[in-house]
Amino acid sequence: AAAESGDSEEEDLVSYGTALQPLQEGERIKKPVPLQEQTVKDAKGRYQRFHGAFTGGFSAGYFNTVGTKEGWTPSAFVSSRQKRADRTVLGPEDFMDEEDLSEFGIAPKDITTTDDFASKAKDRIKEKARQIAGVVAAIPGTTAFDDLIGPSKITVGVELLRKMGWKEGQGIGPRVKRKPRRQKPDPAVKVYGCALPPGLSEGSEDEEDEYQPENVTFAPKDVMPVDLTPKENVHGLGYKGLDPSQALFGVSGRQHLNLFTGGSEDTSNLLGDLRHSKGRKLGITGQAFGVGALEEEDDDIYATETLSKYDTVLKDEEPGDGLYGWTAPKQYKSKKRSEREVKYIGKILDGFFLASKSSTPSKIYPPPDLPRNYRPVHYFRPVIAAGNENCCLRKALEESTGKIGSDTTQQSRHALNASQRRERLGETGLKGPAPSVLEYLSEKDRERLKEVKQASEQQMKAKILPQQSRNSRFQPASPDDASHKWQMLLGGQLANAGSSDFKPFARNPEKQKRYESFVRCLKQGEKDTLEHYLDPSMTEWERGREQEEFFRAAMFYKSSNSTLSSRFTRAKYEDDVDKVEVPRDQENDIDDKETAVKMKMFGKLTRDKFEWHPEKLLCKRFNVPDPYPDSSIVGLPKVKRDKYSVFNFLTLPEPTTSVTQATNENIQQNNSLNKAKKPSRWDVSDKEKEKKDSISEFISLARSKADVQQQPPVSATEECGTGPSETLPTEVTNEDKDQEEESRPSMDLFKAIFVSSSDEKSSSSEEESDEEQQPTSSVIDSETTKQVDLPDSSSFSVQGKIVAASTDPGVSLSPTSKQELDATEEFGPKLPPAFSSGRFCRLLAYKFCTLNRKEKHRKHREKHKTKREHKHKKEKKKKHKKQKNKGKNKNKKSEKDSSSDTADSSDSLSDIDTTGLSPKELLRR
Amino acid sequence: VDGNYCLTCGSDKSLKLWNPHKGTALRTYQGHGYEVLDAAGSFDNSQLCSCGADKTVALWDVATGQVVRKYRGHAGKVNCVQFNEEATIIVSGSIDSTVRCWDCRSRRPDPVQVLDEAKDGVSSVKVSDHEILSGSVDGRVRRYDLRAGQLYSDYIGSPITSVCFSKDGQCALAASLDSTLRLLDKETGELLGEYTGHRSTAYRLDCVLSEQDTHVGSASEDGNVYFWDLVEGSLALSLAVGRSVVQSLSFHPTLPCLLAATERHVQLWREETFQPEGDAA
Repeated sequence: AAAESGDSEEEDLVSYGTALQPLQEGERIKKPVPLQEQTVKDAKGRYQRFHGAFTGGFSAGYFNTVGTKEGWTPSAFVSSRQKRADRTVLGPEDFMDEEDLSEFGIAPKDITTTDDFASKAKDRIKEKARQIAGVVAAIPGTTAFDDLIGPSKITVGVELLRKMGWKEGQGIGPRVKRKPRRQKPDPAVKVYGCALPPGLSEGSEDEEDEYQPENVTFAPKDVMPVDLTPKENVHGLGYKGLDPSQALFGVSGRQHLNLFTGGSEDTSNLLGDLRHSKGRKLGITGQAFGVGALEEEDDDIYATETLSKYDTVLKDEEPGDGLYGWTAPKQYKSKKRSEREVKYIGKILDGFFLASKSSTPSKIYPPPDLPRNYRPVHYFRPVIAAGNENCCLRKALEESTGKIGSDTTQQSRHALNASQRRERLGETGLKGPAPSVLEYLSEKDRERLKEVKQASEQQMKAKILPQQSRNSRFQPASPDDASHKWQMLLGGQLANAGSSDFKPFARNPEKQKRYESFVRCLKQGEKDTLEHYLDPSMTEWERGREQEEFFRAAMFYKSSNSTLSSRFTRAKYEDDVDKVEVPRDQENDIDDKETAVKMKMFGKLTRDKFEWHPEKLLCKRFNVPDPYPDSSIVGLPKVKRDKYSVFNFLTLPEPTTSVTQATNENIQQNNSLNKAKKPSRWDVSDKEKEKKDSISEFISLARSKADVQQQPPVSATEECGTGPSETLPTEVTNEDKDQEEESRPSMDLFKAIFVSSSDEKSSSSEEESDEEQQPTSSVIDSETTKQVDLPDSSSFSVQGKIVAASTDPGVSLSPTSKQELDATEEFGPKLPPAFSSGRFCRLLAYKFCTLNRKEKHRKHREKHKTKREHKHKKEKKKKHKKQKNKGKNKNKKSEKDSSSDTADSSDSLSDIDTTGLSPKELLRR
Repeated sequence: VDGNYCLTCGSDKSLKLWNPHKGTALRTYQGHGYEVLDAAGSFDNSQLCSCGADKTVALWDVATGQVVRKYRGHAGKVNCVQFNEEATIIVSGSIDSTVRCWDCRSRRPDPVQVLDEAKDGVSSVKVSDHEILSGSVDGRVRRYDLRAGQLYSDYIGSPITSVCFSKDGQCALAASLDSTLRLLDKETGELLGEYTGHRSTAYRLDCVLSEQDTHVGSASEDGNVYFWDLVEGSLALSLAVGRSVVQSLSFHPTLPCLLAATERHVQLWREETFQPEGDAA
């Protein structure tokens, strides 16, 4: 009706509601919002809650209901089995508005500065400074925390100031009158910019500049505290990161960079600059960035750092400014003290003043007056005669008169003998008495001479030996060469120490003791006293036997030792040489087992249990898992063990009743080395023994033959001279030979062979061996011309022996092989003929080794010896290989055909000869 | 060999395969250079191995009679030879005091492993599934346990002539030259029994255990074969096999049946001939 009335009479119509906006041209009529979408939202865009608004309420939805168009449906059931974790417990906070939270005592979730901590003095400058500092800082926003955490309360000072009328933003101090003409702060002078809000302060300043009321005083400008930031970075001093204000706004003209990078100045500058450089193009300038394409001024960009800017010479700073840094204190130092004092006076520190009284001068003691009769030449006391017996006396003297004693020692250093020096040096003494020159001779020479001469001829011996040794060059032990002697003494000492370690009779301690004393005695060269050390309770024969044993032991040890020490310096770890691989677990002593067996106590006593590593393939073939899957060992594990641990190389000669044929003792002794190694083969298993004996027989036989031919008188004389102690051992050893001889074919066979085959080749070898023996024999000859023909004959014997030795290998190569073939039954398992002959050559090599004392050979031999302990053929084969590898063709050659012996064996012989010769020849040169 | 066949070897450098039950010679294998000292057959009767004084170990094919392989490496006479269970390894013991294990499968000329612990010649070797038992002249019985990786060495004293395992694998029987047989506990080495009465001083005589470990048998130099009760140690039986030395014995693996070889001392033509016997021990 209203509408109608409105239509009819428009003036007095009353209109209700707000009129719709008139439709503009071309505008489409809006679609009316459907009723269900007409929702009410509050200022924050949330649905206004109507329903249950006081209890939290809920927002209305469809047609302002909680339901939907389809009606209210509860949320569909979701099994909590799958998404158990998603289930959240809704608390009342979830339905509350954020602004209501605090009302209900629920803590706010985000960090805000509460009023308590909000700084009361919030000056905008600081904020701005902080803002900019935050930008400038390496990590933007690090300073943000400063805003958050401020002093909780106004400090007392501030409060007092306030009470006194200070206002924030003002400086502190008496009020001042503004100067009429106030310059802008000169950037070069370190005046800090005003702390007033820039716009205001500057404006006010400007105003002040314009008109200044006369009687108005102003508070002094506030001073921003100097920001004394500690240097924490590794940048250079004064380094500043690229200032964004400079870089961004192109304030390249402002070159003043003060060290105090206070934010305030920066801010003011920045702000000012910002204002000033409004019109400027934003561009990056500076050396770091180069020049933009639109930059006009490009003269400065490639600022070349010319070398002329730098100092090229290190020199003292130019004096004149008087400011010497700590780096240039030279001039001060060079100056005298008085000057310095003067200087110091000039720059005395505050609180200090010059002493009025100079310190007392240090006392100077004048040198004592010389006595009138003083001569500046030192007078030594008479030197106390050097000698063992005087040692104690001298020591006492030293103790009593310290200085003089030391003087004498210094003086008599050269007069001391070795033992005294040793005493001085605090070294361990030799076991025996001071060693004689004899000590330095090789054992063999010594032995030979010792045996040759009788005990009464000791003096003569001592005379000969040095000479001989000098000539033979094996032992450069010249007594005049003191230093060398000293060295040699040390060597001897070592050898002695070693000999004490070397205990061949370790099983029998008593015997060992006897042996040691024997050795000591031997060193002394006291032949006669040897018997004292033997067990008196023993029978004569036993004694002789033991002595022979001792001889061998000592010889074996000494020969190796002396030869080594004479030719070479001592290795640090010589033990390695002496060690040999032996099974780690030796089957232990048979003796107690024997008794156990006798007592029928089998079990633990008779059982030995070892770790044994079977071959992998063997395990595989046996369908057995490898018990030691990660071990590379096969068989029994081996360890290094001392070579000399057991009396391996010296065995007791078998006692037999047949005593015949006294071969001369010289040979015995000369071949003692051979002997020493020969028995080593005897103590292996019987079969081995037999085999080897069959070979060694030849040697011994040939040897003895030669000896018999050449030396019957000597032996006779010797035997009567040396007495029972010496004859007994020879007998014993002869017994060995006899024993051997018992089981071998007749001598005729060998004789025939000797004669037949050794004609041409032995002649050549003889020549060679003669050559070899030339020096020694000649030496002996020259020495002993005045003497009886004893030593002469000894030299002969040496020669003869060598001849024999060199002849018999070639000769007996064929017999051995033949014999081996023949006598397989007798000698147990026969070796392949080639094998035996090869071994023969080795034997020969040994002989030459011993003769030449060539270290290599010796070692070689030792190896063989020790390996022979194991006595396994396999190893022997290996040895053969080794020998071959060593380039000694003898085995190879002889192995190839032992039947065609003449040519081949002579070949091998010559090989050996050359090998034997070469070291000697070398030595001679 | 095993039950049905008998293998003999002798100084005529040949092996002969017999049917002991019928007494017929089946085959002769020739190829050794010296007297054949021991022979053994494989589990499947397809192969033979033999060893001899020519220091070789030969592997034979039974059917063709040819030497399949010859193993050279021993430095002395080879005294004894044995197959392992699967005939993949030949174990031979030699007078050179080594026991060598030869591989039958591959063509390797050298032994798989050399057991050189013995100090003297090895006179007898026996092989079980994982053990090698060797008796040596140095008076020790050595048992190499492959599974445990151990070597057990039992000292007997006098030279061992023959060793053998008991059927149950618990004991080892060792015959030595002091005319004694000793039964040793395999694990501890303790003496379980001692059997004397026969004569064994010079020859390498065999000893056996009967098929059920009830009796201990040994050849003797007096021409008899002696049997003792294993537990009591009392002499149970002595068989007069021949006049001279009975050298070799072997017991049937399952049946109470014994093979004894005696020496016909006929001018060294032939040292050994085997007499098949069907007697129960």
